[in-house]
Amino acid sequence: MQLSTLYNIFVRDFRKQSLRIGLTIVALAWGTLSIMLLLGFGEGMHQQMSENQAGIGTGISVIWGGNTSMPYKGLGRGRKIWFHAGDGEYLKQLIPELEAVGEEYHRWGVRVRWADKVMTQHINGVEPVYEDIRNIVPRVGGRMVNEIDIELKRRVAFIGWETARDIFGDVDPVGETIYLQDLPFTVIGVLVEKNQWNSYSGQDQSTIFIPTTTFVAVFGDPYLDNMVFKPRDLDQMDMVKERVTEALAARYKFHPDDESALSIWDIAESMREFNAMLIGIKIFLGIIGGLTLLIASVGVANIMYVSIKERTREIGIKMAVGARKSYILIQFLIEALLITATGGFIGMMLAYVATETFQRVDIQADWVEWLGKPTISADIGIIVVAILGVMGLIAGFFPALRAASVSPVESLRYE
Amino acid sequence: MSAHMIDIVNLVKRYQTGTVSFEALKGVDVQIDRGELVSIVGPSGSGKSTMMNIIGCLDIPTSGKYTLDDQDVTKLTPNQLADIRNRKIGFVFQAFNLLPYATAFENVEVPLLFARVGGRKRKQRILDLLDRVGLADKVNNKPTEMSGGEMQRVAIARALANEPEVILADEPTGNLDSSSGGGIVELFHELWREGKTIVVITHDSALAAQTERIIHIRDGLIEKVTHGNQQGRRAAHVA
Ligand SMILES: Nc1ncnc2c1ncn2[C@@H]1O[C@H](COP(=O)(O)OP(=O)(O)OP(=O)(O)O)[C@@H](O)[C@H]1O
Ligand SMILES: [Mg+2]
Repeated sequence: MQLSTLYNIFVRDFRKQSLRIGLTIVALAWGTLSIMLLLGFGEGMHQQMSENQAGIGTGISVIWGGNTSMPYKGLGRGRKIWFHAGDGEYLKQLIPELEAVGEEYHRWGVRVRWADKVMTQHINGVEPVYEDIRNIVPRVGGRMVNEIDIELKRRVAFIGWETARDIFGDVDPVGETIYLQDLPFTVIGVLVEKNQWNSYSGQDQSTIFIPTTTFVAVFGDPYLDNMVFKPRDLDQMDMVKERVTEALAARYKFHPDDESALSIWDIAESMREFNAMLIGIKIFLGIIGGLTLLIASVGVANIMYVSIKERTREIGIKMAVGARKSYILIQFLIEALLITATGGFIGMMLAYVATETFQRVDIQADWVEWLGKPTISADIGIIVVAILGVMGLIAGFFPALRAASVSPVESLRYE
Repeated sequence: MSAHMIDIVNLVKRYQTGTVSFEALKGVDVQIDRGELVSIVGPSGSGKSTMMNIIGCLDIPTSGKYTLDDQDVTKLTPNQLADIRNRKIGFVFQAFNLLPYATAFENVEVPLLFARVGGRKRKQRILDLLDRVGLADKVNNKPTEMSGGEMQRVAIARALANEPEVILADEPTGNLDSSSGGGIVELFHELWREGKTIVVITHDSALAAQTERIIHIRDGLIEKVTHGNQQGRRAAHVA
């Protein structure tokens, strides 16, 4: 059979009925677009939130010394518990379940100078293990504080990316000399850009990190401000917290059950709760997506169904002048396929363009950070298109099948 | 080969509406010869269209025998029936039954497509047909852009597309005024002179008189068969 003949039998009518076809395509494209955007933005937001959440490090607890509230072994209540350098090592020795412990010192309002720029900053004395457990990762071209820095009490500084920008502008800070309390420090690295929701002493992006030993040498602090620890296995966090409490109770002579002698912030626990909330949000989005899909399906099915009368008469006419049943059904299927493919393609393209545009446009607003990077999924798009296509097909196919199966008179008389 | 193009014996058509059953045809015998011009008349609801639809293979009888051109129609598959409707029979409806979104050209094209007539030949044939029914200048008009008479001409051109031997028309002038109706009648006479077998349902006794034979139907039975006005044939020749 000639191609033009095939085209005229199967495709031409489709192009002629532009209103009905157009409406179906719009309904399909709209359904696809909305669900893809909904889930795409949901996914982006989820990733962004997880990332922000992980900014401080994962699976860790922070511990501070408090004041005793119970008398213990002849010592009165209200005694302040101070941690000392070496406590971290002591805990590690005692508790094999610990993967790492870090000691740290803080000082706020330290005068910092580079060239003619002067500002006050938060200085944080840390150990190399912070790179891992506190997610203090250097940008390419720099490094974090290492063991030799600790050992030699080197005057080196690792700076947060915001502080780096504020001090150095466009200049590469690595290798530059900055003055902390008028003492020269060499900048060894800059923190990679990260978002961080949780903090206990300030945002890492605006902190200057130096080795603990250097910190003590420069500022003379006799006590640690706090420690951070991470169990090997996250499931052992509760047990490790207990062991840490017992070990410190033994060392600093307070009652192990004294709740106020120590304060521990279990960041992993907060994260678990947060993840549960994220899952809740995902389920919520899934339900909305499902409802949207349902509405879109009803829309597509409705358009198909409303056109049945018109369509049945047409089928009757074609059958009356000699169409075989198979011609009618093939035409219907081709039409459904073209509509679905076109509508689906348009919807998916629009979703793509929308998310791309969103990412390209530089919106300076706080909420942008919450939305993150919307990631549409072609798989979801295809599933949505397939479901809508099948719904439309079911709504239209059975009436068409019926019209092509009964005698032409019956279809011609259809009301 | 039998002389009859259409041979109907004891044809019954029963309609079932819910629990009520209604016999629209109660055992009808009709023979129509090749090349004959026959009209069917009768009161409204007497079963004329019911019979015509069965003759046109648009509907299936409840019982009885129908032989079309020596072929037992009741034994054919749906596809064979479709082919008969496509090639052997041209059906003209009172309600035109044109595809509303398609032009005159495309409407006439439909049966040619199903007959797989190729591109250039098909186009020429459509233009010839439309020219023949006097619509050479309305080729690209849609049904909404044509008068009733013009639509019926398109429908006739479509009925003639695959050069059928039999032309069936169910009140072809029923929706037309007398002048456009007259033009259509003329066309049928012309086709008849070319040798086609033509059956026309009509309420118009003047039109019935211009045929060779008039079959009178009443209450689903053949009441009588009368001869048409022979002048009808001569008048057609004169016109
Ligand atoms: N699909 C159907 N279901 C039930 N009854 C039907 C159906 N089609 C026709 N009938 C009945 O069969 C009878 C014959 O109908 P038909 O259409 O053949 O009449 P007709 O002679 O063509 O009438 P008219 O001159 O008004 O066109 C009528 O009583 C009609 O109500
Ligand atoms: Mg009738």
